Amino acid sequence: MTDSWRISRRSGNLARRAAIIGELRSFFTARGYLETETPFRIPAPAPESHIDAVPADGWFLQTSPEICMKRLLAAGYERIFQICRCWRTAERGSRHLPEFTMLEWYRTGTDYRGLMEECEELLREVAKGTGFGQSISFRGKEIRLDASWERLSVRESFERYGGMPMEDALTGGVFDEVVAERIEPMLGLDRPTFLYDYPAELGALARLRADDPTVAERFELYIGGLELANAFSELTDTAEQRSRFMGEATVRAARGQLPYPLPEKFLAELADMPPAAGIALGVDRLVMLLLDAERIDDVVAFTPEEL
Amino acid sequence: MYTVADLRKGLKITLDGDPYLVIAFDFAKPGKGQALYRTKMRNMINGTILDRTYRSGETFEPAFLEDRTMEYLYKDDDGFHFMDNQSYEQFAIPESALGDAKNYLIDNIKVDVLLFKEKPIGVDLPNFVNLRVVQTDPWVKGDTSGSDSKPATVETGYVLRVPPFIEEGELITIDTRTGEYSTRVKG
Repeated sequence: MTDSWRISRRSGNLARRAAIIGELRSFFTARGYLETETPFRIPAPAPESHIDAVPADGWFLQTSPEICMKRLLAAGYERIFQICRCWRTAERGSRHLPEFTMLEWYRTGTDYRGLMEECEELLREVAKGTGFGQSISFRGKEIRLDASWERLSVRESFERYGGMPMEDALTGGVFDEVVAERIEPMLGLDRPTFLYDYPAELGALARLRADDPTVAERFELYIGGLELANAFSELTDTAEQRSRFMGEATVRAARGQLPYPLPEKFLAELADMPPAAGIALGVDRLVMLLLDAERIDDVVAFTPEEL
Repeated sequence: MYTVADLRKGLKITLDGDPYLVIAFDFAKPGKGQALYRTKMRNMINGTILDRTYRSGETFEPAFLEDRTMEYLYKDDDGFHFMDNQSYEQFAIPESALGDAKNYLIDNIKVDVLLFKEKPIGVDLPNFVNLRVVQTDPWVKGDTSGSDSKPATVETGYVLRVPPFIEEGELITIDTRTGEYSTRVKG
């Protein structure tokens, strides 16, 4: 059986996708960001307990360009961005592809709050530049991009929507379920929401808040219940980063996940990295949002099942 | 034995001794968290719908069902009637137990009827079926509306989107797993 008709019907979506990616690029170029192309195949991905890299000829396909881009920061680059493919084993659903397109950008001299502002500017400009305007309609909701974006701490979100305090969800081992089932569907429904200050143990590469070390300076951007981006104030303490990686590696080993070597060059250079913040935004998700697509399948040329 | 990686729409598993059909499935992963497998399942005996979320590592027993190839005969108030061509036994399955399968039942089509403790509770269809288009608007050459599909009704009464060039009377192939148009049957 042929998939031609289904694939041909996406041509309008793919044209809009290309326009959106063009706007993303113009936004960063106009702001003095350097577009980088770091290698896809790397010897040591960041060990994270719930992300699995695809092995590739002794090394791994990147799960994100994070490690190489932070090495560029440590080497003195101040504003960098990249739009590239990333791979994560066994992630497939209406919002997930095992091979997907990520936009990452990093900036020195700012923190996660600075990136929240830049996120707002980026999305407003991209929506405007591609003719979507400042009010986007997604799954029956009208979302105003020009309204002030909501900033909601993870702790507050548990109180408001979770039906239990954040601490109870953590000790009870149901944090992810509560976020996925009760909190996420309520976020960013009339204006975008930044969900911020994650429990310290859920930000492997994020700096802890100086005034409250129980939380990490990390946020996720949600629009229309869709998770779009994840950002950190970057951790620049080498010893702390090494010990967090070891912790994640221990969790991975206990679960029988593939071990990775530690990214030693990254760790060695981290001490030279100035204060910085970085963010990863799912490009396929952004296209889904602007096009009001039901499935991620609708915004890519091919799904793995069609190969 | 199935694992969470096998979960998909159409899978049949055993829960508390009853056969369940997965009618909706999605993968979720909230913000760098663990993978969650969200399913909606229908109890194939009493029709109860269940929402369940699973994590990696969970396993499932397949549903223990007997399947017998039967021919679809006709529909009446008791439901859809099928005949086992080996034993000439006839069975009626209520419409509610058929789900989307009723969209593809044309006279004399052969399907796998599923039996649980001798009782028919559903059918398994071939992945692709050919059905004739009985109604669709003609394609106006030079149509500039930019529309890339149009509705069409097939002989079972099912309505789906097809490419603009499909005409009434044509035979088309439908993917029964998604309910979508697949190709035109040539000749």
